[in-house]
Amino acid sequence: MRRFLRPGHDPVRERLKRDLFQFNKTVEHGFPHQPSALGYSPFLRLMAIGTRSGAIKLYGAPGVEFMGLHEENNTVMQIHFIPDQCQLVTLLDDNSLHLWSLKQHSGASELQEERRFTLKGPPGSPPSATQVTAVLPHSSRELLYLGTESGSVFVVELPSLRPLEERAVAAEAVLQRVPEDYCNRRSCELVEALREHPKNPNQILIGYSRGLIVLWDLQNSQVTHHFLGSQQLENLYWQRDGSKFISCHYDGSYTQWPVSNDNRQPEPLENVVPYGPFPCKAISKIYWQTTKNGLPYIIFQGGMPRASYGDRHSISVIHGSQQTAFDFTSRVIDFFIIFSSEPTAEFDDPSAMVVLAEEELVVIDLKSAGWPAVHPPYLASLHCSAITCSHHVSNIPLKLWERIISAGSKQNIHYSTMPWPIDGGTNLAPDPPQRDLLLTGHEDGTVRFWDASGVCLHLLYKLSTVRVFLTDADPNDNMNTLGEDEWPPLRKVGTFDPYSDDPRLGIQKIYLCKYSGYLAVAGTAGQVLVMELNDEDAEHVVDHAEADLLQDQEGYRWKGHEKLKTRDGPVRFEAGFQPFVLVQCQPPAVVTSLALHSEWKLVAFGTSHGFGLFDHQQKRLVFVKCTLHPSDQLALEGPLSRVKSLKKSLRQSFRRIRRSRVSSRKRRGAGGNTSEASPDCSAQRSRSASLSWGRGRGDVSDLQNVSFPLKVQEANAKFDQDALQEMELAPVQRKIEARSAEDSFTGFVRTLYFADTFLRDSSRHCPSLWAGTNGGTVYAFCLRVPPAERRMDEPVRAEQAKEIQLMHRAPVVGILVLDGRSTPLPEPLEVAHDLSKSPDMQGSHQLLVVSEEQLKVFTLPKVSSKLKLKLTALEGCRVRKVTVANFGSCKTSDYSENDLAVLTNLGDIQIISLPFLKLQIRYPCIRKEDVSGIASCVFTKYGQGFYLISPSEFERFSLSTKWLVEPQCIVDVPELTSNNHVNNRSGVENAARKS
Amino acid sequence: EFRRFSLERSKPGKFEEFYGLLQHVHKIPNVDVLVGYTDIHGDLLPINNDDNYHKAVSTANPLLRIFIQRKEDADYSAFGTDTMTRKKNVLANVLRPDNHRKKPHIVISMPQDFRPVSSIIDVDILPETHRRVRLYKYGTDKPLGFYIRDGSSVRVTPQGLEKVPGIFISRLVPGGLAQSTGLLAVNDEVLEVNGIEVSGKSLDQVTDMMIANSRNLIITVRPANQRNNVVRNSRTSGSSGQSTESSLPSSTPNIVTNFLQGEEESDEEDIIIEDSGEPQQIPKAVRSSESLESLSQMELLHESTQNGFLPSSETNLNHSAGSISMEYEEHHPDHKSLEDGTIITL
Repeated sequence: MRRFLRPGHDPVRERLKRDLFQFNKTVEHGFPHQPSALGYSPFLRLMAIGTRSGAIKLYGAPGVEFMGLHEENNTVMQIHFIPDQCQLVTLLDDNSLHLWSLKQHSGASELQEERRFTLKGPPGSPPSATQVTAVLPHSSRELLYLGTESGSVFVVELPSLRPLEERAVAAEAVLQRVPEDYCNRRSCELVEALREHPKNPNQILIGYSRGLIVLWDLQNSQVTHHFLGSQQLENLYWQRDGSKFISCHYDGSYTQWPVSNDNRQPEPLENVVPYGPFPCKAISKIYWQTTKNGLPYIIFQGGMPRASYGDRHSISVIHGSQQTAFDFTSRVIDFFIIFSSEPTAEFDDPSAMVVLAEEELVVIDLKSAGWPAVHPPYLASLHCSAITCSHHVSNIPLKLWERIISAGSKQNIHYSTMPWPIDGGTNLAPDPPQRDLLLTGHEDGTVRFWDASGVCLHLLYKLSTVRVFLTDADPNDNMNTLGEDEWPPLRKVGTFDPYSDDPRLGIQKIYLCKYSGYLAVAGTAGQVLVMELNDEDAEHVVDHAEADLLQDQEGYRWKGHEKLKTRDGPVRFEAGFQPFVLVQCQPPAVVTSLALHSEWKLVAFGTSHGFGLFDHQQKRLVFVKCTLHPSDQLALEGPLSRVKSLKKSLRQSFRRIRRSRVSSRKRRGAGGNTSEASPDCSAQRSRSASLSWGRGRGDVSDLQNVSFPLKVQEANAKFDQDALQEMELAPVQRKIEARSAEDSFTGFVRTLYFADTFLRDSSRHCPSLWAGTNGGTVYAFCLRVPPAERRMDEPVRAEQAKEIQLMHRAPVVGILVLDGRSTPLPEPLEVAHDLSKSPDMQGSHQLLVVSEEQLKVFTLPKVSSKLKLKLTALEGCRVRKVTVANFGSCKTSDYSENDLAVLTNLGDIQIISLPFLKLQIRYPCIRKEDVSGIASCVFTKYGQGFYLISPSEFERFSLSTKWLVEPQCIVDVPELTSNNHVNNRSGVENAARKS
Repeated sequence: EFRRFSLERSKPGKFEEFYGLLQHVHKIPNVDVLVGYTDIHGDLLPINNDDNYHKAVSTANPLLRIFIQRKEDADYSAFGTDTMTRKKNVLANVLRPDNHRKKPHIVISMPQDFRPVSSIIDVDILPETHRRVRLYKYGTDKPLGFYIRDGSSVRVTPQGLEKVPGIFISRLVPGGLAQSTGLLAVNDEVLEVNGIEVSGKSLDQVTDMMIANSRNLIITVRPANQRNNVVRNSRTSGSSGQSTESSLPSSTPNIVTNFLQGEEESDEEDIIIEDSGEPQQIPKAVRSSESLESLSQMELLHESTQNGFLPSSETNLNHSAGSISMEYEEHHPDHKSLEDGTIITL
């Protein structure tokens, strides 16, 4: 009813809103979750990756990206580009074939699904008869050969996907001239591989799983050659000239076979078990690449000695005496070799190997000595170590940008200098309007700096905080240092490393000042590091200070993890951000909020116990404030971190199971079923500390209703019992109770904010620090920062000036001061760098407090409430993330305004005007069940945002009409097409004439 | 000890005089007593002010049976024992065992003499099958004390009967506010929370809405047990619904949507502590509507109502909240347009 009365019918404003706001999900950054298939077109120089959720993504030159989604959301099993066409065929695990095309549409290419087809056998035949196991797009571009489980090869016409029954190759026809004894021993079994003769398009090689390989003549529909393999077949590969082919087998061997007109049933030329003599794993795919110097490259996947290296995910490259077994961090999905595809070229001359592993893409430069890896410009594995937080900084000054890049380039010296070999298509997108950095904190204590300006999320620099601390991990424990004579010659490649040495190293909060290059990073064990950018390597001592946040509390015992041990003496840091001071919170609880003021040289940090302010210029703790309720035993003892991590890991494993069962991405429209939703629901339930008993097991925050301090174990036991009873009576119920001051974790500091404003009286403004807690309390401290010339001589002083208790006691998630023009105060140093107008210090300032339930504006310096917007009471949604964003009009360049972008627990994004707190527009963005997606969301200053759609992918979205980063690219059909076509035609005709 | 005496039915006089007369007749001039009478339904009802005294006299037919008890050993539970409906309700509201010990000077009195704990509102505008219940959380230490769950309810649609998802009360905590009012019961379907329909909302959303409104929660339910519905024409019968606002002829007809009142009410209670001084209520920045100012004044009392009972001077304010909200409603269109025009001058 209220909403009905709401405004929004001012036509001028409505028009303006259309010019300002627009919601788009623009691009997915990172590495596709659960890739399942790989394809490559040497003609288009495009790579395609299919996933278990039915997505298909095409990548070419940096910035050239296409994405498609199969409606069925089934696993993509195979991807094959049609030779010399902008088309590809995908095979899903439901045995359906899909034809996709890149179509040009108003100047840009788009990926579209054209047709779908499922092979149907004769009536009454078992489903296996038509289960497709191998796909061969014929070079004529008119036919698609489909090998099946029954051993038959079916033919369908392209692009109509119409079956041509008369052309099918029945298993019986193949077996006709096979010697009796061989035939008796083994029937055809399923078709493992179909390979077209490289020179004669009329001949295809058919390999059956039991080992039989035949060369089939398409013109005469008969077998011309039989190759009687004795081992179970895995794959086949033709040599470039068509005189030989190579087969690889289940027992870890490969075999070369001659093809000549003299012998219709030749013996193998060579049979090799590269990692014998002990039993080996299967070689599942093999390449034989010729080179000018005569030494071929033999590249194969698998084949490792079963007993000692059977668990490795390897691809071996053999070139003359050089041999390396690349050891991947996760299962190899598929790989391909980029080699000379010119039909006139005499040799393959491979240049690069592209390997799709389950968790990352690795490209190996085969031309440079030592076969170094190539640094991919996209498909970065965001989840090398699990992402624990992210921070976005818009519009980085060029100077800082260059310094970060230079620091990063020193880390990347071991990469190949080869230009990115997959370079198809043309990127049409305009250059990004500004330089944006996305910083991700990781579980292993690293911070990664990503270039988030454009479509390609590219790693610029990686910072590790580990060196400051003493950890169990031995720095000399390097997997790569294998002796020369090691056999097999394994070499670790890739960066994916999900195993953290010590979970306490995890990064929880990041704050970068783009003007000064100061960086503050805070972690799981209460560590706060302040760093400075240094262009050179340096060795220095990190200053160390402790902040006892429980000063007034007596007789507590912290039961959580210990603080990290620090290294004594000077530590060597590489060029880049180098820590110069470490503030250790005591108790070492996870840091929950962080703020840095580079102009005042102050850093503020908060945990579940309280918050503190540190002067990093003088390296002196200014003050600490305990926010803990004395009876809040749970927060005091700190089981939160332990239980939470257990809970988290359980949740994650749940999620993993769920993901592996039903791929969760791309279900946006489908509205997931209940069984999937339940683990998420339980996770969601745990978010609120104010809801209790009935809310599901394992949620320790529920214990807050026990008003006397119980031993945690007792409480747990009681809780379990209670929960069990509850489950029998009513499986899902929610307790309705008002929040109270005695709730647990009310002292949890959620947000910290520096502001130069009128805190005490309206005539003098002063620096201030604001802190908001989980219990709805806002503390304001008046700061006295000495002027620059006496900055080192006088101490920074702080005095508590105000404390606001919101009666609804919901967690405070954002604090903001608006100046006299109702504009948010600028960032530190922004004015000094002439990038912002000075704030209006004449008019009266206002304080905006955003709690999970409502937004509220107060006057300053006398705090009286002025305006509010209730979200939870009216809509049942709660604020998860809030940022001020600047929205420019797409119509006129001179109009822009500041609004609040708010993400709710329902996954909606609301844009709310400042300072009147009017809801402008609302967009559904993230599924509400996707708790980790919502938790990971980060907004930019210009109305864009990122959130994790899987552990390894960020979805980028835009709320602005003006700032839109999305792929815009075109794939031109190379000129070569027609010639090639003619060549092929003539090839066919020639062949026909010959026969 | 029995006494029999007569009164002038047409001129009963004041309660004080009657009380004096009783003390005189019983020769107990300095003993505090509780006075009760049996009404036509056989219920024992109190006489402690002019109104119920007059009511008692007028119902005498022709005999009025009066019971007198010493206040110290008064059996409070005797009152209204036979009342068929809202027995618990009356008792729970009026006779709070934990409080009467501390505060022995309870007089059974007019409804406005009590801090409301709950009320049924908007009876006249809701279908008879629905009940809108207001739970006043402020000032009580009692938890709201109920749980909600998902369920499905049957609706009549043009296509026939249809099962739709709904939210239901799943459990009442013994001793909680919800249970003690007697107005809510397990399996009641929740239809609205503070005027917002819950259909289409998830259990978590409804939970969050209720918690956000927990200081003044107004739930519209479809009671599982439809037999206890308020029957409208019996509203003035006097004996059944004394503690509910719905029985007050003065307030009910005018209140259109009571919940809006609560919305304004619960907000102004944020507390500010300046320079580590004394906590104060945060005042509302000056606004156009006067009613709001008086409203925020009224909020001041909530912190002092720790034990549930208010000094009488404050209770008047509290009662006036109802009327203020009505006033507010009248101002509402105006006030809104002012806000919408984005010309708030502050």
